[in-house]
Amino acid sequence: MMNAIAETAAVESAPAITPGNVVMNCELQKIFYGDFLAVRNSHVPIEKNKIIGFIGPSGCGKSTVLRSLNRMNDLIPVFRFEGKVTYHGQDIYDKKVDPVVVRRYIGMVFQQPNPFSMSIYDNVAFGLRLNRFKDNMDERVEKALRGAALWNEVKDKLKNSGLSLSGGQQQRLCIARAIATEPDVLLMDEPCSALDPIATRKVEELMLELKENYTIAIVTHNMQQAMRVADTTAFFAVDISQGSRTGYLVEMGPTQQIFENPQQQLTREYVRGEFS
Amino acid sequence: MSEPNLMAESMIQATAPRLPSLRRTPFEGRALKSGFLTGLTWVMAVLASIPLFSVIYMLLVEGGSRLDWEAITALPPSAFEMGGGFGNAIIGTLVMVGIATLISVPIGLFAAIYLAILDPDSKLAHTARFLAKVLTGFPSILAGVFVYAAMVVTMKTYSALAGGVALAVLMLPTVVLAAEQAMTTVPKKMKDAAFGMGCTRAQVIWKVVLPTGMPGILTGVMLAVAGAAGESAPLLFTALFSNYFLSSLTEPTASLSILIFNFSGMPYDNQIELAWAASLVLVLIVLVLNITARFIGRQKF
Amino acid sequence: MASYQFDHIDRTGSVTGPPSGIDYAFDRGFRGIAWTSAALILALVAYIIVEIGGKALPAMTEYGLSFLTSTTWNVQAEQFGILPEIWGTLYSSLLALVLGGLFGVAIAIFLTQDFLPSRLAVVFRTIIELLAAIPSVVFGLWGIYVLIPLLRPAANWLHDEFEFIPFFGTSMSGPGLAPAALVLAIMILPTVASISVDAMRQIPYKVKEAAYGMGTTRWEAILKVMLPTAGSGILAALVLGFGRALGETMALAMLIGNSNQISLSLFAPANTLAALLASNFPEAGEVEVQALMYAALALLAITLIVNVVGLAVMKFATRKFEAER
Repeated sequence: MMNAIAETAAVESAPAITPGNVVMNCELQKIFYGDFLAVRNSHVPIEKNKIIGFIGPSGCGKSTVLRSLNRMNDLIPVFRFEGKVTYHGQDIYDKKVDPVVVRRYIGMVFQQPNPFSMSIYDNVAFGLRLNRFKDNMDERVEKALRGAALWNEVKDKLKNSGLSLSGGQQQRLCIARAIATEPDVLLMDEPCSALDPIATRKVEELMLELKENYTIAIVTHNMQQAMRVADTTAFFAVDISQGSRTGYLVEMGPTQQIFENPQQQLTREYVRGEFS
Repeated sequence: MSEPNLMAESMIQATAPRLPSLRRTPFEGRALKSGFLTGLTWVMAVLASIPLFSVIYMLLVEGGSRLDWEAITALPPSAFEMGGGFGNAIIGTLVMVGIATLISVPIGLFAAIYLAILDPDSKLAHTARFLAKVLTGFPSILAGVFVYAAMVVTMKTYSALAGGVALAVLMLPTVVLAAEQAMTTVPKKMKDAAFGMGCTRAQVIWKVVLPTGMPGILTGVMLAVAGAAGESAPLLFTALFSNYFLSSLTEPTASLSILIFNFSGMPYDNQIELAWAASLVLVLIVLVLNITARFIGRQKF
Repeated sequence: MASYQFDHIDRTGSVTGPPSGIDYAFDRGFRGIAWTSAALILALVAYIIVEIGGKALPAMTEYGLSFLTSTTWNVQAEQFGILPEIWGTLYSSLLALVLGGLFGVAIAIFLTQDFLPSRLAVVFRTIIELLAAIPSVVFGLWGIYVLIPLLRPAANWLHDEFEFIPFFGTSMSGPGLAPAALVLAIMILPTVASISVDAMRQIPYKVKEAAYGMGTTRWEAILKVMLPTAGSGILAALVLGFGRALGETMALAMLIGNSNQISLSLFAPANTLAALLASNFPEAGEVEVQALMYAALALLAITLIVNVVGLAVMKFATRKFEAER
């Protein structure tokens, strides 16, 4: 799996992308919504057991790129993807691939907590039942809830509705739901933006624990969050030079480097807070 | 000393602008008109409520006095007979409404699934939605005429089946529109979560949308059932009437609504009393369904 | 539906896998049934029109358009005409619309313009909804034994004193236009009220603010600002209420007198298309059935047109507010 080099001025300054370590490789050429070019030329390799953070100003397409990684954008009729996203060597945008299968392997946690209108137990067991897992459901549910640092808070009320939990707990429930089936990649789209600071900290601690077993890609508009949790950071920006707002990857590298010693002028301006 | 002051005072008074009084004047001009209209509206509201209470009163008094075990179990009396009841009519109504539900609910639910989730913007969806709305205003007697032409003539007999089908035609639009409404109120983020877990479209609907929207769907179904139970026009020439208990689905069948219609015009006190008693039973069924439906509908997820 | 199974990936402990064959079959079947059901609605409407139209064809060729203008209904002589019924249908529905529409809109105003504390408003709304739940036959029964006896003295007094006014031209012996129209008004009142309430609820709050901010009395705000703003929605309510009145059968069959005559008098018996079908169909022989089918087609045409117009007005009304947002 060799990395292709992107055509634009965006240069990956970081070493240390070990080819064997790359779980997913997004080689995006163009993303269209109808006639609108939303994102262009972005190459994002995602390494195993690391957290990669997507940051950038609003409208830069970071969520769009994230959602392209598990073909969630397919739900939008006018969405069109040109390029490749390889997962363990296979292009998930290949005509023969069913997006439903892709999403079984790549889990997603959304910005707004969205537990199902069922009991906590059933929420977590949802993925297990979906995949026709028959064995020790209780064990797996407990394991997932422990993994999401929620077990102690809900172990006595597993039959209560998932919607009866607080916002932060609901989001951790969604995380538990996503990891119950142990997919190896977790996509998280601004998972803390609807949470208060205490809940946010809990989820961030959770992410650092999860990274041992999972590969995580997180979109965040909060730079401090990226600095706290991400190993690698990818900075996206908006290109208005062609008359419309098109997102693209400006720079990508180890988090420390991006924030302390960015190679691109634009990156420098962004991390200094000169625009947002 | 006072004279210059008086002059000054009158000068001030002459040049100072007159302030309008801010006091309420309910009997003057615009306020009077408004008050009058408010009173009129109250009167109209009370007037509009009177028929309901009058009907309920008559049902309880006239119907209640005749309602007893015999009334709900016996067969209808003929012309000069005393006693009798409408047991077969109750069963007939229940059976035909049951048939109508079995036909209209699955079709209506699946159609609503298509309209709400699968392809809401397609030509088929827009057309079906529009036609369903048009059908809600479809005269009930024409449902009877239609099923008469389509079924009674071909089967060469009046039947409970035909009656059930006619009622199904009337229930269908309500079920479709209520179910569609219930399913579109399921939050998009819940559907996204299901897709994110790797559900096929059918799985998203079956495992998430339907269970979540069930209160709304049930409300719609129960309201449709309540409406069907009270219908008589479509049964006039599909199920006709019978003075015996139901023994087969392919023969004329009694129903509460037709019994009330037939008996109401008869000059016999016995029959008229039974008409009131049957009305009481019918309205009780309808009201229970209505109230339960609204109660279920209030459960939010 | 062949797809890569991503099988070669090593993920111990993971439970996920692609959907099974059954899942895919279920998905296809489910979607297929849903599509079919939606198409069935179209098929049903088409079938209804074809069936009624088809059965009406013999009578249409036989009697032509004179069916719509003739006033005799004579089974023996095989002469049929539905002008009295068309007249009765339109006249009774119009009367019902005036009364039921007025009350319906008044109730909508009552419910939405802060006349009642919200608890009472819920109670009142329930009363109106229960009114809508009462079956047509029960209203008919009530009409015969409560309304007609109630109306008769007043009606006959009006007839005695004001016979020169055509509306009071005849005396009231029993069933007639007045009790039928009255019950019809009661029956369409909830429909008009409900759609009007929805229309009034759609008025943006800022409109109400603007009106009161100018110092209007409550009724000036309602009549000069709120009603006009909700105007098209209320119009839709009236049209759809009218449509319901046109198709109403049982209460009318029991109260209108089933007499094939045309008269302006409120107290004379009359007939409507729906009531004609209800009374004559059961006993009708083949020739009469054909004529009745023609009448059914006429009723279908009238109600379809009115309902489509009503829905179009309603769509226009909601679109107006979407655009303004």
